Amino acid sequence: MASGKREKFDNPVVEWVDSRLPIFTMVQKEYGVFPTPRNFNYFWNFGAIAMFMLVTMIISGITLAMHYAAHQDMAFDSVERIMRDVNYGWLVRYIHANGASFFFIAVYIHIFRGLYYGSYKQPRELLWMFGVLIFLLMMATAFMGYVLPWGQMSFWGAQVITSFFSAIPLIGDSIVVWLRGGFSIDNATLNRFFALHYLLPFVIVGVVFLHVWALHVTGSNNPSGVEPKTEKDTLPFHPYYTMKDTFGLMFFITIYAVFVFFFPNSLGHADNYIPADPLVTPAHIVPEWYFLPFYAILRAFTFGINIYLLVGLAITALAVFPLFTRAKGKDIDLKSMGVLMAIAGVFLLGGYFSQLELASGDIALPLPFSAAFVDAKLCGVLAMFGSILLLFVLPFIDTHPNRSARFRPWFKIGVLLLVVDIVILTICGAKPAEGFWVPLSQIGMLYYMGFFTVGVAFLSKFEPVKDLPESIYKSVTDKPQKTVAKG
Amino acid sequence: MSKDSKTVSSDKAPVEDGSKRDFLYLTAASMAAVAAGSVAWPLVDQMNPAADTLALSTTEVDLTPVEVGQAITVMWRGAPVFIRRRTQAEIDAARAVDMNALRDKETDEERAQKPEWLIMTGICTHLGCVPLGQKSGDQKGEYGGWFCPCHGSHYDTAGRIRKGPAPKNLIIPPYEFLSDTTVKIG
Amino acid sequence: MKKLVLFAALIITTSPALPAMAAGDAVEPPKQDWSFSGPFGTYDRAALQRGLQVYRNVCAACHGLKRVYYRNLEALGYNEAQIKTIASEYTVQDGPSEEGEMFDRPGRPSDKFVSPYPNKAAAKYANNGAYPPDLSLITKARAGGADYIHGVLVGYEDAPEGTELLPGQYWNEYMPGHVIAMPAPLSDGLVAYEDGTPETVDQYALDVTHFLTWAAEPEMEHRKQMGIRVVLYLMVFTFILFLVKRKIWADVKKKKKA
Repeated sequence: MASGKREKFDNPVVEWVDSRLPIFTMVQKEYGVFPTPRNFNYFWNFGAIAMFMLVTMIISGITLAMHYAAHQDMAFDSVERIMRDVNYGWLVRYIHANGASFFFIAVYIHIFRGLYYGSYKQPRELLWMFGVLIFLLMMATAFMGYVLPWGQMSFWGAQVITSFFSAIPLIGDSIVVWLRGGFSIDNATLNRFFALHYLLPFVIVGVVFLHVWALHVTGSNNPSGVEPKTEKDTLPFHPYYTMKDTFGLMFFITIYAVFVFFFPNSLGHADNYIPADPLVTPAHIVPEWYFLPFYAILRAFTFGINIYLLVGLAITALAVFPLFTRAKGKDIDLKSMGVLMAIAGVFLLGGYFSQLELASGDIALPLPFSAAFVDAKLCGVLAMFGSILLLFVLPFIDTHPNRSARFRPWFKIGVLLLVVDIVILTICGAKPAEGFWVPLSQIGMLYYMGFFTVGVAFLSKFEPVKDLPESIYKSVTDKPQKTVAKG
Repeated sequence: MSKDSKTVSSDKAPVEDGSKRDFLYLTAASMAAVAAGSVAWPLVDQMNPAADTLALSTTEVDLTPVEVGQAITVMWRGAPVFIRRRTQAEIDAARAVDMNALRDKETDEERAQKPEWLIMTGICTHLGCVPLGQKSGDQKGEYGGWFCPCHGSHYDTAGRIRKGPAPKNLIIPPYEFLSDTTVKIG
Repeated sequence: MKKLVLFAALIITTSPALPAMAAGDAVEPPKQDWSFSGPFGTYDRAALQRGLQVYRNVCAACHGLKRVYYRNLEALGYNEAQIKTIASEYTVQDGPSEEGEMFDRPGRPSDKFVSPYPNKAAAKYANNGAYPPDLSLITKARAGGADYIHGVLVGYEDAPEGTELLPGQYWNEYMPGHVIAMPAPLSDGLVAYEDGTPETVDQYALDVTHFLTWAAEPEMEHRKQMGIRVVLYLMVFTFILFLVKRKIWADVKKKKKA
């Protein structure tokens, strides 16, 4: 990569290697003198923390794989053997099991940081999208890892998640059988999940590399959202941020250690210490906490959607989209908008009639496909995957010129409400889908979806554009007390 | 803040109260080293034999059914152990050997706690094959003991290497007689 | 600071919601004062030995303990000879022999606790279709942990008026749903203690739960003791790193203030 000018190193061994493969030059450039905005707060620690957790998970995971047996008759026993007989096996397993939770904690805070300070915005869209991809891969890896101990939650979790795919029209059932390698969750499923659980972390490492590469092309965002302009705006990565990251990391590890040593099972489920039994379903199947918001969205759909209504709504959205995204001073193509709205109207009317038909049983209009509902299950699955896919397109929906929520008071309220919303969804996901939890999770889902689509688009257009500080340096020196107190 | 004040130089913080700083750095670095070492040990140790493996590292053998001149093979630590109840002729043959004729000089008395019972691991010291000689029909080699078919090592009636590529006598595992008819290997 | 708040919020909001506590009309079992709870908790050897006695005399008639080896009893304070004696009181099926037959032999320390039934189907058949679960992990496998196990053991009561119980069903205060297929296993004076400990249902329940907690988490003492050292070390280390970080950033902060 660095074929350009290279400074000599004093150490002859380092120099010998570097002149042949400029790896030391690269580290020096990317992690030594790399100019980094000087005003990071502690939210900026979580990238490094997530990276540390990834490495921890891989090392402890490889260690566990040395003792684990991926067979339905042996998996549970082999995990218990790790806990009881293998030297420090309990330690490694608890590090791995709690590590999953702490990896997600780090990544969720990291994602929140990106949202709040607008790190997804131009020119960091691709960087953000790699991040979302890592998140998706993590979810897949975590899910398959949870199946491996072959306890009751492992088994029934696998049952529920693979059943999602049966919602796909026509080929759904075949896909489920293909995923499971059988007609139910069994040994074949366990084996492939183990193989993929071992593989995916290395895919994550690859995408993390791209993520970091993209980061080093654009440079880091910062709390003010203003790009560094002069040398005064930045600090060399080492020693300032190496030390700040190390300090934050050790703080995080201390909390992690408290869980590993004193509450190792508090983030798991008691039911997973019961060996898998295909004949007995646990009273409540609950995923790991980090999946709960998405699980709540999945279950929020207790109703299907009429296909006419769905198409009508989609065309309406398409019609009004230019209202939000058009560039300043450019006219809206009213004619095409009108045409679209008219088509949407026809579909919505059709939807109305077919709903009427459903309600009364009489055929008001002989509509084709009027019984073609996208059922609740498919809606739920689409909403759940959609809730993550929305993150992919977020950089293109949000076109507001201000980056950081510091200078976007409306957006700030929206994002903080989103955090509250996700906490509510997390609680809903842990509760049985009945009574008051159902409408609550529906409202929660509506806000989530609404924020990332209409909300962000609306704010992009209507939120006032604020004057930004001239430079990062200026933004820091203007309010010295606050920054110093933070220490 | 004047505009011309120097920005922070690339990799060194300004030197002031250096001794306190050095002490801090040294403490931090040594604590990091200790931490790294403590983390490394469990990761290394988990590859050592686990408790259930160690629990099987001794085995007790009942010798009652073995007649004079017979041999049995038992498993110990995942490998065969040869137990031969030797005839007086075999014992005499083993004891009559001139030490200078041996590649790996060991007397028969050193190799058998009780002359009648020869107990050794059945792994050829050349490349780890299992020698023949336990069953009555087996080839026993030129010295009436054991013969390794892989590369033709001959062992005598005390399990000592006499001919062929093997460098050492068959290895004697740690064992003790719990009674006249029970032996604990390992 | 915000990070901390967020983190705390995550933990607080999610953790109580997590245990898939079988809801409904389950009654929270009373908290017991276990010697093993808390970060400095250790097992009480005498209680463990009494608990083993209760398990062997009562529970073992129907419940296995197949993940525990006899050799593990060393942790209860028994010596090698005592463990050999305990193990040899059990009959273990081994084999095949040289003749290809399975044969019985006395247990050895390297054997696992012999289960009362050869397999799950046999266990179910012998108990009117109810499966007496293996107890090796029972305190970890129930949301209420040790308190819950103790609660169930002492929670047998007469069914309230108007409750229909089928034959082979019993009323238990702390069992989720209150209906349990296990008849009350303990009664006063059922097991003779040698150390003068009261021979009551509650004491039996406490002792056997203590023993089963050990059976489920034999590593716990080691874990907690190591944990205290690790966490203290990390706290000091983190503080040192904080000082280092502050030192390094001192010049940057100073210039800001200027």
